[in-house]
Amino acid sequence: MAQLTLKNIKKSFGDTSVLHGISLDVMDGEFISLVGQSGCGKSTLLRIIAGLEQPDSGDVLIDGKSMLDAAPKDRNIAMVFQDYALYPHMSVGENMAMPLVMAKLPLYARLPVMRRITPAGRNAQPEIRAGVEKVAKQLRIDHLLDRKPAQLSGGQRQRVALGRALVRDPQTFLMDEPLSNLDAKLRVQVRTEITELHASSGLTFVYVTHDQVEAMTMSSRVALLQTGRLLQVGTPNDLFADPDTLDVAQFIGSPEINITVGESQNGQVIIGETALPIALNTTGPIQIGIRPETICIPNVSGLVAAHRAAHGHTLKFEKRLVEDLGPEILIHGAFAHAPENIVRIRAQKSDTYSGVDTFAQGNTLDVKLNLNQLLFFGADGQRLRPDFSTAKRAETV
Amino acid sequence: MADISSPSSVPTWFDRIKPKSFGRFVTTVLLFIGAWIMVFPFIWMISSSLKPTDEVYDADFSLIPRTFKGFENYYAVIFDQPYLIFLMNSMIVCTGILVIQLLTAIPAAYALAKLKFRGSTILFGTVIAAITIPINVTSIPLYIGLVRVGLLDTYFAMMFPFIVSVFAIFLFRQFFRSFPDSIIQAARVDGFSEIEIILRLILPAAVPAIAAFSVFSFVAHWNDLYWPLIVVQSQDKMTATLSMMQYQSMFDTDYGLTYASATVVTAPMVIAFLFARRLFIRGITMTGVKG
Repeated sequence: MAQLTLKNIKKSFGDTSVLHGISLDVMDGEFISLVGQSGCGKSTLLRIIAGLEQPDSGDVLIDGKSMLDAAPKDRNIAMVFQDYALYPHMSVGENMAMPLVMAKLPLYARLPVMRRITPAGRNAQPEIRAGVEKVAKQLRIDHLLDRKPAQLSGGQRQRVALGRALVRDPQTFLMDEPLSNLDAKLRVQVRTEITELHASSGLTFVYVTHDQVEAMTMSSRVALLQTGRLLQVGTPNDLFADPDTLDVAQFIGSPEINITVGESQNGQVIIGETALPIALNTTGPIQIGIRPETICIPNVSGLVAAHRAAHGHTLKFEKRLVEDLGPEILIHGAFAHAPENIVRIRAQKSDTYSGVDTFAQGNTLDVKLNLNQLLFFGADGQRLRPDFSTAKRAETV
Repeated sequence: MADISSPSSVPTWFDRIKPKSFGRFVTTVLLFIGAWIMVFPFIWMISSSLKPTDEVYDADFSLIPRTFKGFENYYAVIFDQPYLIFLMNSMIVCTGILVIQLLTAIPAAYALAKLKFRGSTILFGTVIAAITIPINVTSIPLYIGLVRVGLLDTYFAMMFPFIVSVFAIFLFRQFFRSFPDSIIQAARVDGFSEIEIILRLILPAAVPAIAAFSVFSFVAHWNDLYWPLIVVQSQDKMTATLSMMQYQSMFDTDYGLTYASATVVTAPMVIAFLFARRLFIRGITMTGVKG
């Protein structure tokens, strides 16, 4: 059982400030992802939790106890590193046994020969072996125990690293981009395995990644960091559908959310020539975020019905390039009112999709926007939430 | 070159050694000259060790001795003086120096390479600066100090100036820096103490560096004449290299015996080098330092 609390963590390396006061509560048994671009401080934060770095100020609490003075080994954590960090000259079995040897044996009994000849060493040996074999079986690496890390594939090394972390029965699992050295296919597979591991173990997981897909698919909650600040913490759906800032909206979602400029005045939002009946608490230029999958193309056959919805507000769209992604297509282009601003539309194909002929009618398309799916941001990047009750009324009038 | 090759179709001994091009021919000649420059002193040494003193001085030089005094010379060097004691002294001093050097340099190098602490840069700068100070500079204060504490003519006196090798600290620090930080961090999470990180993780990875340094250190102190000459007074503490000096006096030097002595003193290192050749060469290429 481990509840992890970070209180106003600050850290700088020399003159560079890396973390500007991070506060975060991680519930017991939760899978939380720290996600952000490289250099945002997420790995530093993880190392501070692990005790490998000391924060300049702030506090790390595990189950309510401050851990600042505790060594990494006393925090009841396990950590998996990006490059696996296996001990290169030890066999897989020895690698996995190390945390147990360190935890169960007194210093004098850990020395190479002493482990076999001292009573303490001999007594602990069966327990250590049993612990290693149990975890090895669970991760299906029990046939590899005699090999050296150099003789293993990337996926196998990853499993050994997981095993070494699991074997000491930690309460908190810290992972620093554990999948980034795997190829794409293996990544998806190990991703599922880690999620299953979390479900079956019930441990608290803190997972660092720069890949928003990993963060979204695996975690119960996602904490998005940018330049040392926590932008938003929430469930994957919260961050996707209800972002607090433009930065969050842009980071989450692939392909990236489309941003176009508009203006808010007199209870209306103007995009190009089109006036949308949306009342925002501001007047002046705003930014409008439109997810690529929410733009409908009503006049094109060959797309599934959801993408041909007739309701909504029409905009003119200049098509420039169509990418075929298999089950769906990605259309690159721009709205007629802002031709320099690239807009992407993702639409699902239907049975009648006929390749290039689908767009035989030309490059200018009428597209429709669904008001409920638009995200509005002020000039400062903060989310502006419209009052939908008034908007709906305006629509029905 | 075309004029070098013979047109015969049957391969002769010459075909096997003939150069493939003029460039190769020049290279081979240059290598021959280089090898001769390196080997000639050894040949001279061995040749002179078989001669009586007056023939060593002979203007009419020949490699083959006219009066063969080899047996007498070598017998005198090996049996008339405690040759094995000298060898043992050299072994004790060199091994002692090496062991303490490793014991001091490896933790220091680890701290400089991998631990973050205030002043580490200045400390490392000091190490670099200390490399530039030769033993000759500190020898007088060291000597006076050893006289004051009455430790002259001991093994301790022979080892003392060399027990901390700044070169070793520098060499190991550079080597340890390439050791992945994440493995050290993983070890800390797993509960290793810093000493255990060095013993269990860094040392096994540093075997090539340690082997290379050991060869450097051992050879350097085996061949060292300067410091033993200063602090050793009695024959039973003489190192092998120092023992050569016995045949020189103010009035007379027996060169035949001196050369024979030089031969038997050099021999163990040459033989050891032949066996450890590969390690030694790897050490040189690794550090980029000329031997």
